[in-house]
Amino acid sequence: MAYKISERTLAEIDRLLKIYPQKEAVLIPALHEMQKEAGWIPEEAMDALGARLNIPYARVKGVVTFYTMFNRLPMGRFHLQVCRNISCHFAGAAGMLRHLEDKLNIKEGETTEDGLFTLSAVECLGSCGTAPVIAVNETYHENMTVEKTDRLLAELRAENNSD
Amino acid sequence: MEKILLNVAAPDIETYIKAGGYRALKKAFAMKPEDVTAEVKKSNLRGRGGAGFPTGLKWSFIPKTNPKPRYLVCNADESEPGTFKDRELLRKNPHLLVEGLTISSYAIGAKQCYVYIRGEFAEEAELLKNAVREAAQRGFIGKNILNSGFDLEIITHRGAGAYICGEETALLESIEGKRGLPRLKPPFPAVVGLFGCPTVINNVETLASVPAIIEKGGDWYAGLGAGKSAGTKLFSVSGPVKKPGVYEIELGMPFKKFLEEYAGGMLEGSVLKAVIPGGSSVPVLTAGEALKMNLDYESVQQAGSMLGSGGIIIIDDKACMVETLLVLAGFYHHESCGQCTPCREGGGWIEKLLAKMEKGEARETDVDLVYSIAENMLARTLCPLGDALAMPVMSFITKFRPEFEAHAKGKP
Repeated sequence: MAYKISERTLAEIDRLLKIYPQKEAVLIPALHEMQKEAGWIPEEAMDALGARLNIPYARVKGVVTFYTMFNRLPMGRFHLQVCRNISCHFAGAAGMLRHLEDKLNIKEGETTEDGLFTLSAVECLGSCGTAPVIAVNETYHENMTVEKTDRLLAELRAENNSD
Repeated sequence: MEKILLNVAAPDIETYIKAGGYRALKKAFAMKPEDVTAEVKKSNLRGRGGAGFPTGLKWSFIPKTNPKPRYLVCNADESEPGTFKDRELLRKNPHLLVEGLTISSYAIGAKQCYVYIRGEFAEEAELLKNAVREAAQRGFIGKNILNSGFDLEIITHRGAGAYICGEETALLESIEGKRGLPRLKPPFPAVVGLFGCPTVINNVETLASVPAIIEKGGDWYAGLGAGKSAGTKLFSVSGPVKKPGVYEIELGMPFKKFLEEYAGGMLEGSVLKAVIPGGSSVPVLTAGEALKMNLDYESVQQAGSMLGSGGIIIIDDKACMVETLLVLAGFYHHESCGQCTPCREGGGWIEKLLAKMEKGEARETDVDLVYSIAENMLARTLCPLGDALAMPVMSFITKFRPEFEAHAKGKP
């Protein structure tokens, strides 16, 4: 089935095309907009966006695969991103990641069966003074401990149940 | 101690104006653009992203006769491990950056200014967009700013997760909607930059330093700090210290004083073992070397490292240097764009060998092998990412060789 870009994203693309002097520059902002909708970017969406911006599909896919924030698979509702870099490492990030793997019963890079959590180890999030850091979707949770991580999971589950 | 960057916490425009904000902008519009550049040259301000290149000189590379549009690009891609100062600045004082962007755009004649902010800083991007909106409502950006005849549009452009996009030509490729592959230089961005047009690229902190320079004068700013390292600088300190965080100090402060009085000293039970003084890509220093240096460009260089971004990573006696280097090697290998063989392949080889060494499964000769791979990456790549791994590897092995040898002999 052909992918249909939403009206909202199409309107945003039109707005951006007026700002940037070259249409290709709209690609990354447009991909961010598309990802907001389903949480990931299917192949068909890359095709549809390429057609809209008159950029070959291969170029679009090349961009999507280069940048780590663009997801090419369906994601859990909450994307847990544990920083693995130096300052977080000193503050116990590796143990935090293992704890989350045990608690959620998945490996890094996987999504829980209920579709609630995806667990990733990520590179430096630029918040080393409050290490260790876990980002949930676009929100940072800083100075994390095992207890705070457990609380966070409970809060996210409660948030999901209340919807 | 003079503070010009984090002297106020002013997330909204009212607070910022009450604290004297946007006065420098008015003063700048009463000056000729070339006089603004001259003032910045006089201040001896140097690029705060890591390279330390003189800012005024960089601006003056824009060709005067090229009829194409000019662009100012602000590098807010802060991704160098150990560095988190620009995030603090964006959160506490976003209007200082907006004012700096406007003055700097006026100086170089740019009508469009792009702020490339790393994708993960979603909240900070919103704070910045909000500051730009507030400034536009007051007429500090937009058409005919303060009746000067100067127009400016500021565009917040989010990255999408790629360390390499902090390299300035990769950043330009990324704004243009491409994979972030660094360009071959020359031509330099001042001549052929964003969309093929003359472009100046400066770090957040650099541009945020401009309003104070215009308001109080280049000579005043040049008088702060230590000689060729003029002015104030933000230092991010992380690791086992009592008060990790971002501190603004005048350049030239002894590291020892900074560690004790600002970072609060080492955590109870931790002993200082090593320091990475300028973000994870600069050579590591032993505790002895670090405690003798001052925090300015020349002094850190004399100590054998680089001031870089001012991201100070503290390493204590509990840290295993092989494991620490393995974390960094994994990072740089992952972030290599893959264009240059020494970086793409060398990074992978180093990571694999260190992983074996860390488990106690390497050969004794592997210590020299890792060193030699790093040596062969150094200065053999298009951009500094190859060096960014080679320098830590060579300095870690040189300064902490017994640890590496013990691991290579089978001690995990």
